[in-house]
Amino acid sequence: MISGTAQHARRAPAKGRRSRPGPVVPAGRRAGKGSRRGAWTPWLYLAPALVVLGGLLIYPIYQLGLISFLEYTQAQVSGGEPTTFEGFANYAELFRDGEFWNVVVATLLFAAVCVVSTLAVGCALAVLLTRVRAIPRLALMLAALGAWATPAITGSTVWVFLFDPDFGPVNKILVWFGLSGFENYSWTYDRYSAFALVLFEVVWCSFPFVMVTVYAGIKSIPTEVLEAAALDGASTWRIWRTIMAPMLRPILVVVTIQSIIWDFKVFTQIYVMTDGGGIARQNMVLNVYAYQKAFASSQYSLGSAIGVVMLLILLVVTLVYLRLLRRQGEEL
Amino acid sequence: MSHSRVSLRIRRPWRFAAEATALIVAAVVAFPLYWMVLSAFKPEGEIQSTEPRPWTTAPSLDSFRRVFQQEDFGRYFLNSLLVAAVVVVASALIAFLAATAVARFRFRFRTTLLIMFLVAQMVPIEALTIPLFFLMRDLGESVPGIGLNTLGSLILPHIAFSLPFAIWMLRGFVKAVPEALEEAAYLDGASRSRFLWQILFPLVFPGLVATSVFSFISTWNDFLFAKSFIISATENSTLPMALLVFFKAEGNDWGGIMAASTVMTIPVLIFFVLVQRRLVSGLGGAVKD
Repeated sequence: MISGTAQHARRAPAKGRRSRPGPVVPAGRRAGKGSRRGAWTPWLYLAPALVVLGGLLIYPIYQLGLISFLEYTQAQVSGGEPTTFEGFANYAELFRDGEFWNVVVATLLFAAVCVVSTLAVGCALAVLLTRVRAIPRLALMLAALGAWATPAITGSTVWVFLFDPDFGPVNKILVWFGLSGFENYSWTYDRYSAFALVLFEVVWCSFPFVMVTVYAGIKSIPTEVLEAAALDGASTWRIWRTIMAPMLRPILVVVTIQSIIWDFKVFTQIYVMTDGGGIARQNMVLNVYAYQKAFASSQYSLGSAIGVVMLLILLVVTLVYLRLLRRQGEEL
Repeated sequence: MSHSRVSLRIRRPWRFAAEATALIVAAVVAFPLYWMVLSAFKPEGEIQSTEPRPWTTAPSLDSFRRVFQQEDFGRYFLNSLLVAAVVVVASALIAFLAATAVARFRFRFRTTLLIMFLVAQMVPIEALTIPLFFLMRDLGESVPGIGLNTLGSLILPHIAFSLPFAIWMLRGFVKAVPEALEEAAYLDGASRSRFLWQILFPLVFPGLVATSVFSFISTWNDFLFAKSFIISATENSTLPMALLVFFKAEGNDWGGIMAASTVMTIPVLIFFVLVQRRLVSGLGGAVKD
C-alpha cells in the first residue's frame, strides 16, 4: 500500500506520457535524492546486452546496408577483385527484375494470409478453451504444446509426408470423403496448393503461441467483471466485444506483431516443403530468394539488397500497425 | 476455477458441442505428431505402402537404427543440445540484468533503449545471414572458436536475437516485484548484488523460464544459420542438417526422416512438458502487466 502511493507520487510528473493504467514503471526508484551512488549501475547491468546487441545485431545491420551498395560477388570475397562502391546499382538491378516484384507480392500476400489465419485460429481456440471443462482443455492444450514444441524443420517434413501423393494419409482421407480428385494428387506441384500446404504447417506450429497467450490473458481478466456482465444479460459476443477485446488488446498487439515477424520471414518451411522455392521457383519468398541469390549464386550484394528491402518492409508494416493502434489511444 | 462459474452458465448442449469441438481439434492438431511417431516405428515395407494405415502390427526399430548408424548423428544431437543450452542460459542471464536496469532504474536514454529493444524484435534475423557470415569469417581469423564452422557461429547470433524479446518480457516480471521488498532488503543490509541474485532472481524465475522457451525453440529450430555457417566442418553441424541426409533424389527414406524427426522433437517436448505450467502462468504474468 505504502509503496503503491509512493510509486504513484513518483510517477506523477511523467503522467502525460503514460496513459495506461495499472502498475507502471517504478523506475523512479533510483532517481530520488541520495541514490547518486549508483548512477552507473544500470549501465553496468546493460553492458553485456549492449555489447552483444551492438556486435551481432546493429553492426550486421550496418554491414548489410553497406554490402548492398557494393559490388560483392565471389571474386571480391576471395580477394581476386577489388570491392567497388556501386551506389544504388544493386537496387536498380533488383527493381528492374520482374521476378523480384513477384516474390515481394507473394511474400506479402502469403505472410498476410498466415498472420490472419494464425490469429483467427488461435483466438477462436483460446475462447473455446475457456468454455470447456478440464479434460478437453488439457487435451487441446497438450496437443497445441506439442505442435508448438515441434521444430520447424521436423514439422515441415512431417507435413510433407502427410500430404505425400503416394504414401500420405491426407489424400486417402480426402478420397474417402468422396473427393476423388485427390487420388495421388501432388500438393507441391501446383503453386497455390504448395503455398496452402506451407500455410497449414505455419498455422499449425504458430497458433499455439497465440492460443496460450490469449488464453492466459482471458484468465487474467477479473471474473467479477465478466460475471456482472453475464448477470446483466449481455450476450457472449457482446461480452467479448465490449469487455474482453479491449482488455486483451495489449496481448493482441504482442501476438499480432510476433505473428507478422514470424510469418514474414518464414524460411525453413518454404525451403524444406517446396524444396528450395518450389517448381520453377513458384513458391519463392523474399527470405529464400535472398538466400538463393547470396549463397547459391554468390551475389552477396543482391542478397543484401533483398535483405535491406525485407528489413524495411517489416519495419514499415510493424510501425504502421503500431501507429494505427496509437491512434486508437492504445499505449504500448 | 473462477472461470468455470461463468462457463457453467452456458447451456448444456452448447457446452457439449464446445467440448466435442475441443477434442476433435486436439486430435487434428496432434495427428501430425502421431503420424510422425507411428511412421518412425513402421517397418520399411509398410511405410512405402500406398494404403497407409493409422496403426502398425509389426513395430520396428529399424528406422531408428538407421538414423543412429548414420555417422555423427549422435554428435549433431549433442551439438544442438549444447548450442541451445548455452543460448538459453546466456540470454536469460544477460536479459535479466538488462531488464532489471530498464525496469528499476531511471536514467538518460532509458526510453530510447526501450524503443530500441522493441524495434530490434522486428529485425528479421534471416536478413542478417549475409553480414553475419562475413562477420564470423573475420572473427574466426582473430578469435579461435567463434568463426565459421564452429558452434560459436551458431551460439552468438542466437543470443543476440533472443535478447530483445527476452528483455521486453522480463521487464514485466521485474516490475511486478514490489519496491518495498527492495527497500526492506537494503534496510536489512543487503548489498545491491545480493538483492539482485538472491531476492530478485528467484522471484522472476518463472518469467525466465517462459522466456527461455522462446530462445530454446528459436535456437533448436535454426536451420538457416546451420546451413550457411557450418560449411566444411560438418562435425560441428546440428540436427536439422542430419535430417536432410534422408532426403534422396532416388526417393526419400521416409522411415529415416520420421525417426530422425522424432528424435529431434522429443527433447523439445520434454522441455515443454517440464515448463508447461510455468509457461502458461509466465505468459499470463507478462501479459497482465
